[in-house]
Amino acid sequence: MDIFLQQILNGLVLGSIYALIALGYTMVYGIMGLINFAHGEVVMFGAMVTISIIGMLTGMGLSLPGPVVVLLALMLAIPVCMLMGFAIERIAYRPLRNAPRLAPLITAIGLSIVLQNVAILIWGRNYIPFPPLLPHDPINVLGASITDLQVFIVISAIAIMAGLLFMVEKTKLGRAMRATSQNPAVAGLMGVNVNTIISATFVLGAGLGAVAGVMVAANYDQAHSHMGFLIGLKAFTAAVLGGIGNLGGAVVGGILLGVIESLGAGYIGDLTGGFLGSHYQDIFAFAVLILVLVFRPSGLLGERVAERA
Amino acid sequence: MADALLKIEGIHKRFGGLHALNDVGLTINRGEIYGLIGPNGAGKTTLFNVLTGLYQPDEGKFTFNGQDLFRQKPHVVVKAGIARTFQNIRLFGEMTALENVMVGRHVRTKAGALGAILRDRATMAEEKAIRDRARELLNYVGIGNVANERARNLSYGHQRRLEIARALATDPTLLALDEPAAGMNPRETEDLQALMEKVRSSGVTLLLIEHDVKLMMTLCDRIAVLDYGKKIAEGVPQEVKSNPRVIEAYLGAAHA
Amino acid sequence: MPQNQSKRMLAFALSGIVLAVLPFIVGSTLGNSWVRTLDFALLYIMLALGLNIVVGFAGLLDLGYIAFYAVGAYTFALLNSPHLSIFMPWWFILPLGAILAAFFGIMLGTPVLRLRGDYLAIVTLGFGEIIRIFMNNLNAPVNITNGPQGINMIKPIEVAGFSLGKPVELFGTTYNSVYIYYYLFLLLAVLTVIICHRLQHSRIGRAWVALREDDVAANAMGLNIRNIKLLAFAMGATFGGVAGGLFASFQGFVSPESFGLMESIMVLAMVVLGGMGNISGVILGAVLLTVTPELLRDIIGPLQMKAFGRMIVDPENARMLMFGLALIVVMLVRPEGLWPSKRRKAEFHDALDDGIPAADSQAADGLKG
Repeated sequence: MDIFLQQILNGLVLGSIYALIALGYTMVYGIMGLINFAHGEVVMFGAMVTISIIGMLTGMGLSLPGPVVVLLALMLAIPVCMLMGFAIERIAYRPLRNAPRLAPLITAIGLSIVLQNVAILIWGRNYIPFPPLLPHDPINVLGASITDLQVFIVISAIAIMAGLLFMVEKTKLGRAMRATSQNPAVAGLMGVNVNTIISATFVLGAGLGAVAGVMVAANYDQAHSHMGFLIGLKAFTAAVLGGIGNLGGAVVGGILLGVIESLGAGYIGDLTGGFLGSHYQDIFAFAVLILVLVFRPSGLLGERVAERA
Repeated sequence: MADALLKIEGIHKRFGGLHALNDVGLTINRGEIYGLIGPNGAGKTTLFNVLTGLYQPDEGKFTFNGQDLFRQKPHVVVKAGIARTFQNIRLFGEMTALENVMVGRHVRTKAGALGAILRDRATMAEEKAIRDRARELLNYVGIGNVANERARNLSYGHQRRLEIARALATDPTLLALDEPAAGMNPRETEDLQALMEKVRSSGVTLLLIEHDVKLMMTLCDRIAVLDYGKKIAEGVPQEVKSNPRVIEAYLGAAHA
Repeated sequence: MPQNQSKRMLAFALSGIVLAVLPFIVGSTLGNSWVRTLDFALLYIMLALGLNIVVGFAGLLDLGYIAFYAVGAYTFALLNSPHLSIFMPWWFILPLGAILAAFFGIMLGTPVLRLRGDYLAIVTLGFGEIIRIFMNNLNAPVNITNGPQGINMIKPIEVAGFSLGKPVELFGTTYNSVYIYYYLFLLLAVLTVIICHRLQHSRIGRAWVALREDDVAANAMGLNIRNIKLLAFAMGATFGGVAGGLFASFQGFVSPESFGLMESIMVLAMVVLGGMGNISGVILGAVLLTVTPELLRDIIGPLQMKAFGRMIVDPENARMLMFGLALIVVMLVRPEGLWPSKRRKAEFHDALDDGIPAADSQAADGLKG
């Protein structure tokens, strides 16, 4: 029983991170109908830049408490990633807005390769440890354990997502975003600056990605230049699972995928009589992705997209 | 004397809450030109799409030439002998006019990948037959001179004709035309009318949707009128014209 | 016309001679490693032409294509190496690998029939990764694939007791096996070109283009969309399977590392950069993307050593950077590829010009007709 609970808790932590990243995919998809293939690399940069800034801050000999240093670094890393998000849209998507769908897909893949290799140039190919500045004290929950860092990750992810939903529903920017996603041409006629809104969407998504990147790094105590691809793909799966283009769906899909993955990894050995082990963990995301797209392409909460895509 | 070619009974089609077709039944006889009219949103195009397999009806019966076509896929419907054109012209834009018509021959030919690779005698003969028949059809509809033009570069009138040639390439028993005269000037409409008469006299039955009521009255042997998803009248043009329900539907629509 | 024909014959004859003597020229001036690069270029031509059937002809975006290459390679490796102590003749396992790959193509194709565009890309990508994860992990509890270590000592292709993997002596000079493989690959690449060309100009090829242009209209014209899509997946996969088998026998070694997403992207990039749907363009793309990285490898490293006395940028890193940049720049400047088919070129330009008729393509047609 405690194994089950443990996997659920692990899944929640992982899932809330997926959800944050999935929001980036789903917002861009909602507005432009495109999958931002380079989003995973923004997440990776969020983690790497934060670690580097932490290094600089501690190198300056400031005697600040650990969490404050991490937070400070994150606050500096977020604008860097936002700038990246802005640039990605400007370089890979905007010039090809009326081109066939394949063209922006290829530029986005190209950009992702470039970003990954820039990261290798800066940080090398090895794993970089996340500085041990955050408390990892385990909390016992009915026989399972969760660290206070993980609790903090889940709570802040939920808070950020709530803030985003509030922004999209209640603010002027949010209204303009919703209008643009419904019909960009009409939104433009109504005085919405569509280009600004699209840029804002990429920037916002990149900001969430940066936070998520740091969460991943802090949770696993490490980061590396190749981490963007897999985590991006999984978050995309989460977005599809929830119903791409739907913000609530991204949150539900993210958390659900995290839990499925954890439970899957925990039980796959028993399920297959020991034939497949936990190193098949990554298969679940792909299997879920394929199953959802084949059987319910609209996702759990979304509109039907297969025909549109 | 009437020989039923296509027969539908009790066809229903719903889109969510909208009851687009409500208990529609009709019979198209072999060799006639059958018209379908009705105010905007009456369900003409929905019925058309049901008859050509693009939409799957919720209930009803659909037989064609002695074959049950209820809920069959478009390619099965085409094979059975129903070919169509589209209201908003859907040609393969980057293929030449000739290639477009050659695609229409697909369903009546059978060369597979192996034949294509080996280029055996039978395949080559079939390929030549496809090409010859396609040229013939382009001449038949009067656009043989633009065979090697890309379809998307053709004039509107030529595109309409190309669509008809492409549909005829499938050797249809019933040719269904969705607003073939839309956007045409009187001169072009006249030419089109002549073409349709020619097609009919070659033994092909025609089903038409058209807004141009005058054209329909002169061209069609029989007409059905749809309103709010229901068939409200059917008969020869004179009957239909004087049917009070039809007049009401059209005037009512105009008043609304 | 006959004048044109004889010109074409002359061009064929000339390129035939050039291709026949190419490895000797390259080998004697640049060394055997460059002959090896030529071999790979031919292998990638086969792969890229296979993917071109799926992406270029039928318009189905496949990001997991390398999985079929892997199926072909592993089939060959497992059935002709000491790993399972099974040694079957190449003429049996090469076609077997192709058939298995085609089978996987249909397995992938069936569930994704309804998907289009980006979605298809993502699902095929997932499929490719699943295959790779299995190759990586099927070494326990029963060792089938030998996991990340891969399978080595795969036997080379043998013809009439003569192994292509051994050097041969000809007129007193010893030639490395890369020379013999060159001719085998050349033969198969030419065969692939012919097959693709014939498919393109056939009833099937027309059906693929119709599907790409408007699947609803294609279906309404009596085309069985399902079968046509599956045929495209299966045909494309077959070429991947054959190329994979050849790769295994040529390398003598396979491991999951050779079949990652990056390889899929590389092959897709060959198709797209070269010019989707155009056989000559795809060949150009395959050659460019095989040869350029090797050139860069030969240049970037030594250049840095000379300039700075040490390696500043890892050549592999710099190579990938340039590759990524090239993808972006080519797509922005020439979204239709370097050598597009006339048809595709028009498609792309129309989309960019927002539907203004392409006057030049009409003129070109007029001249041709």
